[in-house]
Amino acid sequence: MFKQLSERLNQTVKKLSGQAALSEDNIKDSLREVRMALLEADVALPVVKEFIEHVREQALGEAVQKSLSPGQALIKIVNDELTQMMGEHNDALNLSCQPPAVILMLGLQGSGKTTTTAKLARKLMHEQNKKVMLASLDVYRPAAIEQLKTLSGQIDAQWFPSEGSEKPLAIAKAAIDAAKRQGQDVVILDTAGRLHVDDEMMHELQAVHNAAEPIESLLVVDSMTGQDAVNVAKSFSELIPVTGIILTKTDGDSRGGAALSIRKVTSKPIKFMGIGEKVDALEAFHPDRVASRILGMGDVLTLIEDAESKLDKTKAEKAAKKMQKGKFDLSDFRDQIQQMNKLGGLQGIMSKLPGAGQMPMGGMDDTMFTKYEAIINSMTPQERRYPDIIKGSRKRRIAAGSGNEVPEVNRLLKQFTQMQKMMKKFSKKGNMQKMMRQMQGQLPPGFPQG
Amino acid sequence: MIFNFKKKAEEKAPSEKQGLFSRIKQGLSKTRHQLTDNLASLLLGAKVIDENLLEEIETQLLMADVGVEATQEIIKDLTGRLKRHELTDGEAVFAALSEDLVKLLAVPQVALHETTAKPKLILMVGINGAGKTTTIGKLAKHLQEQGKTVLLAAGDTFRAAAIEQLQVWGERNGVPVIAQKHGADCAAVVFDALQAGIARGVDVVIADTAGRLHTQSHLMEELKKVTRVVKKLDPDAPHEVVLVLDATIGQNALQQAKEFKQAVDVNSLILTKLDGTAKGGVVFALVKQQGIPIRYIGVGEKIDDLKPFDADMFVQALLQHDKG
Repeated sequence: MFKQLSERLNQTVKKLSGQAALSEDNIKDSLREVRMALLEADVALPVVKEFIEHVREQALGEAVQKSLSPGQALIKIVNDELTQMMGEHNDALNLSCQPPAVILMLGLQGSGKTTTTAKLARKLMHEQNKKVMLASLDVYRPAAIEQLKTLSGQIDAQWFPSEGSEKPLAIAKAAIDAAKRQGQDVVILDTAGRLHVDDEMMHELQAVHNAAEPIESLLVVDSMTGQDAVNVAKSFSELIPVTGIILTKTDGDSRGGAALSIRKVTSKPIKFMGIGEKVDALEAFHPDRVASRILGMGDVLTLIEDAESKLDKTKAEKAAKKMQKGKFDLSDFRDQIQQMNKLGGLQGIMSKLPGAGQMPMGGMDDTMFTKYEAIINSMTPQERRYPDIIKGSRKRRIAAGSGNEVPEVNRLLKQFTQMQKMMKKFSKKGNMQKMMRQMQGQLPPGFPQG
Repeated sequence: MIFNFKKKAEEKAPSEKQGLFSRIKQGLSKTRHQLTDNLASLLLGAKVIDENLLEEIETQLLMADVGVEATQEIIKDLTGRLKRHELTDGEAVFAALSEDLVKLLAVPQVALHETTAKPKLILMVGINGAGKTTTIGKLAKHLQEQGKTVLLAAGDTFRAAAIEQLQVWGERNGVPVIAQKHGADCAAVVFDALQAGIARGVDVVIADTAGRLHTQSHLMEELKKVTRVVKKLDPDAPHEVVLVLDATIGQNALQQAKEFKQAVDVNSLILTKLDGTAKGGVVFALVKQQGIPIRYIGVGEKIDDLKPFDADMFVQALLQHDKG
């Protein structure tokens, strides 16, 4: 059975609870489980071995034995070690040079270079107010230049046109010249995907690198890469002075292994991670948070940061007040759904919450909320404010208007009523604590209990 | 000496008359070197066949992405043989190992929808960057060589310039491409293409789809819709749903295969990018767990670098050693 790394580790540690202290004997099985879990998460074998050794040494240290719960002690050691291996803090891009700062994107075919190029440009434009020019040196893959051109249009970056008949080196030089003339701050060069064992293509890349003198050469790596991630990262960084790594497709369900091994083997910092298909889905890589996420302890910090930058604060406060007064209506509910979508939908939020991976979701998913939003959109303002007035004929109209069936409208109304009831309970003092106590039994280990 | 590995100097000079076997072997040479060179030196250096040696084999298999479960199965079997004193020398271990690997690939293969339907609709699915569009270009060529008429459907309406990319492949192969605008409904494009395929009497319609992560439930729903809609034209369509997997991928391939199979009943696999150092070992666990047969493997960037998959040949190529 394939299991997520976080689930695996949580399970292993569960077995430890009730033991007085960590000893060579009682952590043997746990460490074997950790080893298996790391391997299943595609962490490279040499890295796994070293990791296990470190954890073993530390677990048997005195400091740990004094700790109250051996399970939590082991989790902490594993977490610390993971964080340390991944680089401890986030390295930002270095753009301090005579403009234009040249960024070179490289990687295997299909790792996501072109999409990431556009995401990175957008990030620099929006967050640092940089003037960014994009150029494609991919003269090999059909329509690759067209792809970057389209993306460049979507994000309003300056586009440097190139043709499939040109030489990558010539395009690079011309693009940098043009960027200089136009006073661009940054020029990002997207290269063709290539195998690290393809000498000819690797030499071409080297030539481009020598001519372009990029201040950042970013290796784009698919987070789902297996044991080979190490070979790829090694080969590229041996030939090109790679300055950083971008991990893509981390919104899938494989997100541990590659990051850990690449980081360990190349000692290059992972600077960003791709978290979705849209052009704004690029996050700074925070090793400590990702380590926690791997361990199933959630990524609450990212969530909070996300919430702060993307959510409408006044709206949220208004909704909170309404909830307390029990005056929460359907248009507030719709607001909540929309806010949630801004944070990556239910799935996105859950993946960042501690232990949420193990919580039963009761069939809830993002499609359901999309449906609910459509249903609420088909209501009149009055219906949203006083859902009680929605009876037979209104239900039929709403269902038809939103492309749903009446039972689905009923389901929404029923759930909304339940929600209202729950909110009233919450708003009474003392109830919240009581409820948290009840929930505690169901929470996974590692969750701050209090 | 039992094994004598020649360091191949002529690796970069493929002859015109190269057979299928050697082409696959060449494509897999990186894998082979990784797995067999190490195993060979391992077995050669081994004075005694014992559990330490098996542990080393375990290490090599894990590093080839074979995965924990499949590796454990192999090691368990080898341990058993060792206890029964069947493994007396390195060669015996080698033979046992290749036997085990073939066995993993030889799980009862689901009989492929050998359909007489005309046109046969092949739906290509997979995550982003797996190599779907490129594989379609190669597959179209391959089918044409078998005397089939082919039509392509530009069903990736999401990624920028994906339609143009398929159109270039269409031009290269002289194959018509049915396409709509960027952002159009994928199901509508595939429906149109199948309809056109029926009207023109072509043999095979190959439909491209946008890459999607198997964890995105709404995108998986979109894929299900495609399979529902085409049934209106032919209740048996799509006749083949191909999951394209990147061989550089690790154990997540298993999860992908499972999710895609659940959503759209994937009934065949194509493994791409086996020409890197990627070890492709995940195939063993994959076939074992999902029972989906591998149809083709991509062993290079050229248009004819798509090869039919053959389990025996695959394992042989993987473990091949030159006797000298």
